[in-house]
Amino acid sequence: MQPVINLKNIKKTYVMGTVEVNALVDVSLQIMKNEYVAIMGPSGSGKSTLMNVLGCLDTPTSGLYEFNGVNVSDMNDNELAKIRNKEIGFVFQTFNLLARSDALHNVELPLIYSGMKKAERKMLAEEALSHVKLADRMHHKPNELSGGQRQRVAVARALVTKPSIILADEPTGNLDSKTGVEIMGLFNELHAQGNTIIVVTHEEDIARHAHRIIRVRDGMVESDTIVEDRILPGVHH
Amino acid sequence: MKITDFAYEVKEGLGISFQAIRANKMRSVLTTLGIVIGIVSVTLMGTAIEGMSRSFNEMVSKIGADVLFVQKFSWFSSQEDFEASRNRKNIDLKQFRAVRDQGTTLAAVSPLTGTRLPIKYRSLSSDGIIAIGVNDQYVQVGGLNMEMGRFFSQAESNGDRPVVVLGYTVAEKLFPNETPLGKIVKLGSHSFRVVGVVAKQGSFLGMNMDDRVYLPITNFLQKFSNVRRGMDIHVKAANINDLENTKEELRGILRKVRGVKPGAKDDFAINQQEMFIQTFNQIGGVIAGIGLFITALSLFVGAIGIMNIMFVSVTERTKEIGIRKAIGAKRSTILIQFLIESAALALLGGIIGIIISYPLSLLINQILPTSMPLSVVGIALGISVLVGVVSGFLPANRAAKMDPVEALRHE
Repeated sequence: MQPVINLKNIKKTYVMGTVEVNALVDVSLQIMKNEYVAIMGPSGSGKSTLMNVLGCLDTPTSGLYEFNGVNVSDMNDNELAKIRNKEIGFVFQTFNLLARSDALHNVELPLIYSGMKKAERKMLAEEALSHVKLADRMHHKPNELSGGQRQRVAVARALVTKPSIILADEPTGNLDSKTGVEIMGLFNELHAQGNTIIVVTHEEDIARHAHRIIRVRDGMVESDTIVEDRILPGVHH
Repeated sequence: MKITDFAYEVKEGLGISFQAIRANKMRSVLTTLGIVIGIVSVTLMGTAIEGMSRSFNEMVSKIGADVLFVQKFSWFSSQEDFEASRNRKNIDLKQFRAVRDQGTTLAAVSPLTGTRLPIKYRSLSSDGIIAIGVNDQYVQVGGLNMEMGRFFSQAESNGDRPVVVLGYTVAEKLFPNETPLGKIVKLGSHSFRVVGVVAKQGSFLGMNMDDRVYLPITNFLQKFSNVRRGMDIHVKAANINDLENTKEELRGILRKVRGVKPGAKDDFAINQQEMFIQTFNQIGGVIAGIGLFITALSLFVGAIGIMNIMFVSVTERTKEIGIRKAIGAKRSTILIQFLIESAALALLGGIIGIIISYPLSLLINQILPTSMPLSVVGIALGISVLVGVVSGFLPANRAAKMDPVEALRHE
């Protein structure tokens, strides 16, 4: 079976002033469809850079990145925007919703950028919001929603394009632990429905929701293990 | 990019712009001040020029494009020329007759002289009227229409009959309740019989054209011989396309009858409507030039203001740009979004400008017969949008080129 994500000898070097920083030294990994993967690492480990590369927000300095068999390592800005729009659903630590738009419009936005007709995209956005149990909050603006609700709007926005992967960056970082558990429950559910999920985190508890943990240190994959004692939805530790 | 995609982006861009403008109402309005001033000045200037040319056209059409005025002075001469031409010989009836008898390209010709006289009918009188001596052909030369009665005839003109044709307001003043036809009026100490009333003409260069009366010139010269000013000869050319030939013919006749030596300059002037048009175009050009300068200057200031605020807006919304890019906005999408916002901002200024200048144009209308032309409104709004797009380009381009990773990190 073809992997969704195939990284081979990915290297990412930043030039900061006169100093070269090797954020990713040599990373190779594969992620298959319907995997639930956590990427862990301390700050400065390169995990953020890895996430940016995986999310097509940034291109590697060298190496091969195939997304669904398509080489994205040297795509231009517009092609990358298209991949982000159609294939990747982002969930951020700080939610990153548009403050002046209501929940529905926030969820519709990726569909607007893909050029979908209004009636269709409204229907899909409403469906996605219902999916995250926010059908009654569609016309609320982010500041009228709780943190957990905001993150669920963000999840709905990530889901609405039916992307190949959902890429979550510290999705519970700005939530209290109870709400965090709720959001992780939502990810478990989405995974059970067949989605491919990648969660970037530094919290062991969060990572243990996943099937597989990839640990990054000094720009390299330190370990890549299957989780034996998964935290399952509804089971509290 | 598909057209429908573009349409969605424009629509989305418009929505974002209105949100952004609403979120910063005060800032937006202040930013557009330069545009507002520019648009006010361009619309008012357009309105004023429109009014001037309209009233000017009304004026000039009264003169008649095919009428030549043989006079002592040129209409538009410098002070020096005027001093030099003061000692010229007056034009007299002998010269008029020479023109009348020798001219072959003339449709009608009349001498014209005038003086201010009091007029009286029974107990009603008027002081400030102008009595004008002309011949019977003046009705054609001056393009007069009759309100009632008739102009005096050739026989009356040649026979020195004491007849008079009244201007419209003179007739109104002296005969409020009865017909003036056949009545005897007193001009100075002399009596004249009214044979006709000229239809309303309005005013020309601030002179009321209806506040005058017309008499046969021979009669006029006999009775009001204290008039020393000489006269003009008004000539209507037979063919307007042949005006230059007519002019040359007149020059030849007058040089001969006035005894101008060969090689010497003309000691008279042949004036025509064309000279007004040229002078007006010069004045209009100067006004338009000044107005354009003010407009350009304020629009430039306005453009800088908008560019500045758009840079601020782009910086403030770096995070938003990052979010939009992360979920699939292309460079062009972001570029269009900010261009639309900038254009909408400028358009807002344009609309405010028109709202301000419309009542001002009504004020201008008190002086000049004008209204704000719709084309000026259209041009003003077009200019605003253009200024917005141009001044928004650099900020929008900065936004479009932002690195999504950097932008997302921005707080």
